[in-house]
Amino acid sequence: MNPQAEGHGQHISQQFNAELEDIKNHMLEMGGAVEKQVTDALLSITSADSGLASEVLVEENNIDALEIKIDEECNLILARRQPAASDLRLVLAIIKTVRDLERIGDESAKIARMAIKLTEEGDFPEGIIEFRHLGDRVARMVSLALDAFARYDASAALEIAQDDIIVDNEYGSAMRSLITYMMEDPRSISRMLNLLWALRALERIGDHAKNVSEHVIYLVKGMDVRHAPLDNVAEKIARSD
Amino acid sequence: MNELNSEQANDTQSPTRTVDVSSVLGEKSKDIGALASCIDIEHLNLYYAKDKQALIDINLTIPKQRVTAFIGPSGCGKSSLLRCFNRMNDLVDDCVIEGLVALDGDDIYQKSVDVADLRRRVGMVFQKPNPFPKSIYENVAYGLRIQGINSKRILDEAVEKSLKAAALWDEVKDRLNDSALGMSGGQQQRLVIARTIAVEPEVLLLDEPASALDPISTLKIEELINELKNDYTIVIVTHNMQQAARVSDYTAFMYMGNMVEFDATDTIFTNPREKQTEDYITGRYG
Repeated sequence: MNPQAEGHGQHISQQFNAELEDIKNHMLEMGGAVEKQVTDALLSITSADSGLASEVLVEENNIDALEIKIDEECNLILARRQPAASDLRLVLAIIKTVRDLERIGDESAKIARMAIKLTEEGDFPEGIIEFRHLGDRVARMVSLALDAFARYDASAALEIAQDDIIVDNEYGSAMRSLITYMMEDPRSISRMLNLLWALRALERIGDHAKNVSEHVIYLVKGMDVRHAPLDNVAEKIARSD
Repeated sequence: MNELNSEQANDTQSPTRTVDVSSVLGEKSKDIGALASCIDIEHLNLYYAKDKQALIDINLTIPKQRVTAFIGPSGCGKSSLLRCFNRMNDLVDDCVIEGLVALDGDDIYQKSVDVADLRRRVGMVFQKPNPFPKSIYENVAYGLRIQGINSKRILDEAVEKSLKAAALWDEVKDRLNDSALGMSGGQQQRLVIARTIAVEPEVLLLDEPASALDPISTLKIEELINELKNDYTIVIVTHNMQQAARVSDYTAFMYMGNMVEFDATDTIFTNPREKQTEDYITGRYG
């Protein structure tokens, strides 16, 4: 059955209601912070802003602290409440999502470090368009995945998972463009390599956003769809509605 | 260089995933129909009075040599259903039962059925340990004695085997002639189980077997249930949902006389089909 979209209330134990609401809210807060990390990291490259990149690196520590805090809260719920069914799936989905969010934070920090190197090397426009294009798509995936979690929306989550295929394709073609730039002008190689690392980080963020959307499908439908062909998943979700 | 290595490590998690996971997507519920059945219940209705229906059109198959748990709020009919399996409800005045309850395919409510023999085949253990005010040995031997078995050799063997099966032998082997009433609650409950299995039943009905026991004794009973399911079909009624989750293979959720959901315990406790089941096991029933 679908878990209650109206939230995790209505337990006889009010305290339990509050605890579940808390971990979900804290996870979404962390999600908001991570979203900002991604967009700031993107902006630090596209606008060659090393000051903003440094802020991303500082903020990274707060994301790590949130991961530890939410994990701890989930551990306590497991130990003290022995949640079942949708409650159990919520706690498990949050534990997994928090991990993916933390990794998205790590990848954002990598991008920020590349931004600092790139700005040191001076301002060249080549490759930035490809980067911005992929970056916008990936950032949108992250926020849509978090929205889907907040709304318990398995169909939206599935669409995000499908988007990851587009990201992978775009990553491939962006990489080819960068190789072309390198061949045209060997002096750009070091710069293009840095940009390539940043692109690679974007692609990984896309993977983590996909993971988050898979956790949402697990939370809502109780189906573990990791490593499953997406067509099968779509069919399964349609059948369970 | 570290950066390079970590990037390469990430490459191993390529996003193009084409693992065959049809099994993962397959139904989690084990195919209950494929299991040998022990008790079949069809269209069972039970009335304690004309306008007091306790069980409403129950259809259920209890699989052989598995543990099946009945859960549900007080008064939902789970004990009433359990009592149908060895005709304990015969003892209740004005109780009317309609429908079929079949043990190994034979209707147990037929007139020709010997109820005493049925209750030997379908043993029952209650919430409160109820040993007889006799010695430990005589408690276990009791069922055999009333069957007319008096050979000391056979009784000795049966007592030892039953006490071992009930995980009690090591604790009591040196004091078999002491009164059973001097044992702890947990020991008494295991003694009652030993007494029940001494007559070699096919089915064990456990009605809240651990609810009067401390946590350690409870765990011992649960461990015992796990051992016994190799030889017996076990049906357990419990108010403790974690206990149902721990010990049972299948779980039936009952509510107001209806069988709301019956499925593999794994499914019931992670992804139940019915909202009523979900609400009950997550503590939302109020």
